[in-house]
Amino acid sequence: MHRKKKTVNTWFPEQSDFAGKDDILSLMDFTAVELGEKIKSGDVSVVDAAKDCLDAIEKSEKDICAFITRIDEKEVIRQAEEIQKKIDAGELSGPLAGVPVAIKDNICTEGIRTTCASRILSDFIPPYSATVVSKLQNEGALIVGKTNMDEFAMGSTTETSYFGVTKNPWNLNRVPGGSSGGSAAAVSAHQVTFALGSDTGGSIRQPCAYCGVTGIKPTYGSVSRNGLIAYGSSLEQIGPIAKDVRDCAVILEAIMGHDTKDSTSVKRKKPGLLSSLTEDITGVRIGVPRDYFNSGTDIQIKDAVLEAVKVLTKKGAVVEEFDLSLVEYAVPAYYIIASAEAGSNLSRFDGVKYGFRTKEYNDLHQMYKRTRSEGFGDEVKRRIMLGSFVLSAGYYDAYYMKALKSKALIKKAFDSAFEKYDVILGPVTPSVAPETGTSLKDPIKMYLGDIYTVSANLAGLPAISVPCGLDEEGMPIGLQLMGDCFNEKDVLKVAYAFEKTRDYQKSPAASGGKAV
Amino acid sequence: MKDYESVIGLEVHVELSTQTKIFCGCTTEFGGEPNTHTCPVCTGMPGALPVLNKQVVEHAIAVGLATNCEINRNCRFDRKNYFYPDNPQDYQISQLYEPICLNGFVDINADGEKKKIRIHEIHMEEDAGKLIHDENAALSYVDLNRSGVPLIEIVSEPDMRSAQEVIAYLEKLRTIIQYLGASDCKLQEGSMRADVNLSVRKAGTDSLGTRTEMKNLNSFKAISRAIAAETARQISIIEEGGNVIQETRRWDDNKEESFSMRSKEDAQDYRYFPEPDLPGIFISQKWIDEIKAFQPEFKDEKKERYISEYCIPEEDADIITDSKHLAGIFERTAVLCGEPKKVSNWLMVDTLRLLKEKSMDASDIKFSPENLAKLIKLTGSGIINSTVAKEVFEEIFEHDTDPDVYIKEHGLAQVNDESALRETIQKVIDENPQSVEDYRNGKEKAMGFLVGQTMKAMAGKANPGMVNNILKELL
Repeated sequence: MHRKKKTVNTWFPEQSDFAGKDDILSLMDFTAVELGEKIKSGDVSVVDAAKDCLDAIEKSEKDICAFITRIDEKEVIRQAEEIQKKIDAGELSGPLAGVPVAIKDNICTEGIRTTCASRILSDFIPPYSATVVSKLQNEGALIVGKTNMDEFAMGSTTETSYFGVTKNPWNLNRVPGGSSGGSAAAVSAHQVTFALGSDTGGSIRQPCAYCGVTGIKPTYGSVSRNGLIAYGSSLEQIGPIAKDVRDCAVILEAIMGHDTKDSTSVKRKKPGLLSSLTEDITGVRIGVPRDYFNSGTDIQIKDAVLEAVKVLTKKGAVVEEFDLSLVEYAVPAYYIIASAEAGSNLSRFDGVKYGFRTKEYNDLHQMYKRTRSEGFGDEVKRRIMLGSFVLSAGYYDAYYMKALKSKALIKKAFDSAFEKYDVILGPVTPSVAPETGTSLKDPIKMYLGDIYTVSANLAGLPAISVPCGLDEEGMPIGLQLMGDCFNEKDVLKVAYAFEKTRDYQKSPAASGGKAV
Repeated sequence: MKDYESVIGLEVHVELSTQTKIFCGCTTEFGGEPNTHTCPVCTGMPGALPVLNKQVVEHAIAVGLATNCEINRNCRFDRKNYFYPDNPQDYQISQLYEPICLNGFVDINADGEKKKIRIHEIHMEEDAGKLIHDENAALSYVDLNRSGVPLIEIVSEPDMRSAQEVIAYLEKLRTIIQYLGASDCKLQEGSMRADVNLSVRKAGTDSLGTRTEMKNLNSFKAISRAIAAETARQISIIEEGGNVIQETRRWDDNKEESFSMRSKEDAQDYRYFPEPDLPGIFISQKWIDEIKAFQPEFKDEKKERYISEYCIPEEDADIITDSKHLAGIFERTAVLCGEPKKVSNWLMVDTLRLLKEKSMDASDIKFSPENLAKLIKLTGSGIINSTVAKEVFEEIFEHDTDPDVYIKEHGLAQVNDESALRETIQKVIDENPQSVEDYRNGKEKAMGFLVGQTMKAMAGKANPGMVNNILKELL
């Protein structure tokens, strides 16, 4: 345990509670909560934080390419000054006041271009903000930019973006994962203190695992989807990507809650997530599905995850192996449901009302066809076609209905598992971040890489990804903890206890050095 | 022709009269500058989500209960996917798999015969926007003010056999829905739209022929003409040895013929699937009971009651109860003045005439029962005569004027002063010796002339009974 409590009066060049032995080079090396405390106590100003953030982005963005849109420097400073005034006047006192944040580019920001990393929305400026964005702004968080992603969140590598490929801060030849690759890379490279991502089939957890940062997909219905440009409506949630579990808890607490603008959002009592941040996990029942260690899983990942099991057992958790079953149905069910919804959700991008429209056309149908042919990338088209197929007359029962039945059975399997366990533990991914340019050659193989993450989306469960080591080549490995619906608390508790047994490992890009 | 019968089923769209749209808070008000009654939801902005208007569900349940439907207590919405610029999401939120109302019926009366028309289902959905085409510039504009206005679609079984039955069915639905206040059901304004599914077959056979669907029917007259024309068209095809093609046709009421819009082969695959943005709707028995408790007395019961309770003729009761508003005026006025037959006369004669003259609807009537009741009392007690009463009624109809005040201000009270009447009548007799002569020779008509002259001399205010008596006496 290296996170000793000590009072820091001046931030530079002293050590951070969080950053362990490393020298603090930038305010972006702090966690969101630490930075928020320093701003609140007056140690640093919001403008200091904003400047460090802009500098950090400037320094590594050429290598990382985490952002699609960066807010103009003057505008960021102006907003920082405004937030500072509100803090000084006592109007803002929350933990995130003045803390810089990046937002995944499928979350609408009023007046700020929101592209979904697609040509078809490459000039789209939303007339309204997503509920999560308004919530963060009301907390005084400072939005510095919109992060890169797979086009319309379809992909596992952030390579399908119309705006270029994001690089992994641990190794620039590797992908950061996806679809929230830009958000995970920006946090991992310490360009920002935290970011928002979205997770339809693992799009928060997988890039967090690949980039060595922490992110949670909340229970379906916990965070409003209003303003999240839909991909798989019944599966996705917005969630935080941050440096540690405490940040995730604080950010999640800030963005969650019932929203009258999202009928699928749930009325929940404020769960008091911060109270779950204790290291005492004595008696917590953890189930480890045998099915999550199949032959396709990298042996180094298996070892790292089983090492985590040992650590947690030592801390007093009761760990047991069990058979979850149905795991092999999760990926096909997921791709059918998500594609079906995507095909319908993406219909509205037709060149009529906003976004890209083809230059030349003779009639309406040609306009539709050309706009969509030119506006969407290959992976998006692949999923629209797949989605249209599985819903078409004569195939609905064979595919879509069957997928819905599988989804219900998978949920049932989890329900019975959660009768026995508080938390289910496993890997996030079967392998570490692959090299850029390799995944899209074999989409089926890429889809199968989602095997351990999609179940949480199908069953609506909260699931977190926390770093649990590096492989021989120095690439991060993620540990996944899933809880029953609405039980973020146990997930955060176990994640927090596990995190406390380890040092935070900074990516080479964040350390100021070049990543490979 | 006589050997054939037409088999007709209807799909009726009704625009519900809610304040706001089905999935957002925008106003449903008709008109307005293009794209001013809109928001991210009803313009299909990325990331915007639908939120169901509870009032729409309540209206749909109310219509379902009034048409003897089962209420589907676990209904939900589905997406109907198709591309068209008036449909901003490029899918319509509708109900396919679990519609809100099922298996109902209404009784109709056509050509003096009672008949049951079965209702297959009623479902809720959103309306589309409007396209405005600029032919000169080869441009089309999209107005999304109507996008998201709530609709219910009432789908009948193919139980109708004639245009008369179709009109009777539509009138039945319209009255029920208007009584519920769920819609104003105006065909001309599009708040009620009917698509006619029609096939023909040899009379006496049971099998169904190939049907066509007819769209763009904007009045009952258009519906009648379209049914006649389509029946004739299909029969002539069959008589000539051809086959009717299953297709959608568009009726042109000016040309009085229909044109093919699209055939079954061109039919789109709508790829319906459950709307993931809206949870299923659970409708509790308590909710249904509450809505049931608020159901009004409908036309048929009301009509029967008016006949037995107020002793008005069946024809009067039938017409008065066509409009819930008119029926309300009738009943309240009748209670106030205690003269139902007189109330009925005012409504049936003068009110209907004025409505027609001013091309108004019964629902547009603004005058209060209190003032009509006063007028009836004033006439009954002889304070004004019937000629004056008609003048005063026009005032009431127009401005809801208090007749007491109006009569006083305009000095319209009837003259019952015998000496004044005698004086005037004597003058009339003196001035019209020829008529007096004629009367005495047995010409009854002359009497009428003299009465008229007297009324004229007294500016219409004379008590006609007294004038008659005095005239007779003096002659």
